[in-house]
Parts: sequence; C-alpha cells; structure tokens
Amino acid sequence: MSIMQHNGGSVIAMVGKDCVAIASDLRLGVQSLSISSNFEKIFPVTERLYVGFPGLATDVTTLREVFRYRVNMYTIKEERAIEPTIFTQLVSSTLYERRFGPYFIEPVIAGLQKTPSGSYEPFIAATDLIGCINFAKDFVVAGTASEKLFGVAEGLWEPGLEPEDLFETISQTLMNAVDRDAFSGWGAIVHVITKDKVITRKLKGRMD
Amino acid sequence: MAATSAYNSPGFDFSNTYRNQFLADRGVPLPKATSTGTTIVGCLFKDGIVLGADTRATEGPIVADKNCEKIHFISDNIRCCGAGTAADTEFTTALISSNIEMHALTTGRKPRVVTAMTMLKQMLFRYQGNIGAALVLGGVDITGPQLFTIHPHGSTDKLPYVTMGSGSLAAMAIFESQWKPDMEREEALHLVTLAISAGIFNDLGSGSNVDACVITASGTEMLRNFVKPNERVEKERRYVFRRGTTAIKEEKVRRWVVDEEEVTPVGGEEMDTS
Repeated sequence: MSIMQHNGGSVIAMVGKDCVAIASDLRLGVQSLSISSNFEKIFPVTERLYVGFPGLATDVTTLREVFRYRVNMYTIKEERAIEPTIFTQLVSSTLYERRFGPYFIEPVIAGLQKTPSGSYEPFIAATDLIGCINFAKDFVVAGTASEKLFGVAEGLWEPGLEPEDLFETISQTLMNAVDRDAFSGWGAIVHVITKDKVITRKLKGRMD
Repeated sequence: MAATSAYNSPGFDFSNTYRNQFLADRGVPLPKATSTGTTIVGCLFKDGIVLGADTRATEGPIVADKNCEKIHFISDNIRCCGAGTAADTEFTTALISSNIEMHALTTGRKPRVVTAMTMLKQMLFRYQGNIGAALVLGGVDITGPQLFTIHPHGSTDKLPYVTMGSGSLAAMAIFESQWKPDMEREEALHLVTLAISAGIFNDLGSGSNVDACVITASGTEMLRNFVKPNERVEKERRYVFRRGTTAIKEEKVRRWVVDEEEVTPVGGEEMDTS
C-alpha cells in the first residue's frame, strides 16, 4: 500500500459566488486501525486563506509548522498579509525543493484574493506532492478519497453557489465520497470563507 | 547544531531521502506525481514557428486538470512546450527563463533559442534523466526561426517539425503526411491544430483543448484555448441541496471588520505640547 494511504484523509475545496469553501474528514489512522476522529488537516494561514494537508500525518504536522514559519517571515519582511496566489507559489517551491525526497502531502489551498480595486475574488488551487500547481475554477480534491471526490463533485458542483448552498454542496460531496472510502471519514469539518466572515462547521457523519 | 538561518541554500534538499528510501526498501511504493500525458508539437513555417499543446494533466488514470497550460514562457521571442513530470517542466522552464533574462541583461542582446536549448540540455544532462522533462523549444532570434526538442536525458534534435509526449505518434502521423516547406501562417496553424487534435482524440493521455503559439520576427502571439472541441454542455438539471440537508454538530463563526469609518473629532481639546 502507498504511503499516501498510511494515515488516510481527504480534503476538497470549491468555489462559490464571492466565497470559497474547504472541507476535510477528521480521521487519523494507521492503515486500517483508526486512532483519532479529531485530526484536523485544514489550517488558517490568514483571515481569508486556508490550507489543507491530506497525506502522511507526520508531514501534515511538519509542513504546518514549516508554512507557519515561512508565512510569518513573509509577513514581517513585507509588512502585509500573504495573498492566496503568492502563498500557492510558496507552497509549490517549498515542495519542489524536495523534488528528490518529497513530503507525502498534496496541499489544497482556498481563499479570497484581494483585487487592486479592494474587492475579493475566490481562489482555489491544489498541488501534487512535488509542487505542481493545479489552478481550478470549480473545485479541487486530494487525499485517499480523491477519485470518489472527483466523481461526486463533477456531478454536484455548479457555478455561482451562495455561501449556504455551497456549504450543502461541499458537505454532501465530501460525506458521500468518504463513505465509499475506507481510509477517510469519521466526521468532517467545513470552512466557508466569505469577505466578512468564516463559518466553520463540524458535520455529523458515519463513524465506521 | 548550527544556528538556523532564515534563508535556505539554493538547490534541492535531500534531507527526506533517507526516510523515503527506508520506506521504499520496506516495500512501500513511492507515490506518483502529476504527469502531463501530453501531446506537444512544433512546426516551422515561412516566417516563424508554431507551437501547439493539449491541456490535459493526468495522475495515473485520473484527469487531474482539464485545462492546464503547457506552453511556457522563456522570453519574449522564445516559448517552450513541456511534457513528462508536470512539476519538472514547470520549474525547469521557469529557471531557464530566469537565467535567459539575466543572460540577455548581461550581454545586452536579444536571447537566442540555441542559448536556451543549451542551458536546458546541460541542466537535464546533469540530472541524468531524473528530472523528467521532455521539451519542445521554439522561437525566432537573429539567426531566424529555430525549433528543437530536448529529451529528459539531455539529447536534442533540430528539425522542421517535431512532436513529443504520449500523443507524439498520433501528432507525427499528421505532420509526416501533411507538412510541407514554406507554409503560410494560417496553413501552419491549421496543421498544428490537426496534429494536437489527433493527440487529443487518439491518445488517452491527452485531451481537452488546443493551445497554440505563433512566433515570428514581428512578435509572439499566444493563442490560449485556440480550439475547444470538448466543451462541457450545461447540466440539464440542478443538483442543489435544500438548505439544512446536512446535519451539523457545532458551528463557529468568525467575523472580520470590512468597512471602517475614520472619525475625526471636530474642535476637541488640543494636546498640551508645552
């Protein structure tokens, strides 16, 4: 079995109307043995930028600290908050630096990008484990349930969803996909990011 | 331990290789990176070069990106199509683009395609094929239109029409039967479209749209999504869930200040500055 499946876990991000959502399951396991149902894989970077790290749990923890450090250094040096596009480049080059000894993580990035006019526009992206960026206009997925997530999201997602509708769509996509994945599930968490607030909800899901 | 620096040394970091090799030795296979199955082509015509690419990125049997960009910027008059490991093509071309700009600045001349080709082949040869980038490099410089292919191990070809990637056979079949010297711009662009379309429809690793790029002495024209033969039709039904469908265990809302109003007090007491 691949090392990417060792601890299990999946992340998905979707674009809505003036909002984005990012969601993950909460399982941490060792192969088929479940250890925790409260292992968060999505972390805030700035007020309106979140990143999810599905993959090997040890690298989830390591990369979380690596990016916390690098984002702090950026913020101090530039005296401004990091924007999603720039953070995506940071993620990409950090992972590609280890091209020949990678971290086993496939990051998913979701946030609101500030435009020159001062408004916010939705931004999502994902990279592979060596930092190849996938900019998407609809949704991005990663983790052990990625194949199922691709299928369900392709069917359910539509453009221009309002925050509350986007919440339902991303929640149902995630829940139904992870129910068909043995290594993901055990509860889920969803963050819906709009320009004036972030709504975080824990979902009731199957515990098997 | 030496003091940690805020700056990392340039080049690759191999510190995870021990761990990863240990896992590989224990029989845990290393995961696959995104590769661009890809059809990429280049074609010489009367006054320049036409480059072409499909827009599918794959992860094994899964389509990871349906509309990615495979024609990379090297300089104003040089572009490079990439096939193989997606991250490698992306970073290799970005690095060479940067070095070409530095080279142009130091020499004070417009960069030549052979310079970019030599930089790319020397880098890829140095990495002995471990950087999995298969490239089609094209451009117009002082010596005229130039077209090259560069293989992951560093070998190069200079030909009037070239193809690369998993769809290279399908695309080459079109070139071999229809290419002729001194074509007009429109004719060459049409031929490249046919070659990429052959890859899109006959090679499973290639798909979605045709990207093209026309480079002549007078300028570069990037034709992103030049042909879109695989547009998705609008869904006939909506699949939006009724609000409240998903059961929630807990909710936390964090509000940010969006609009701030600055209030200047009028006629207040002046600060004592004595």
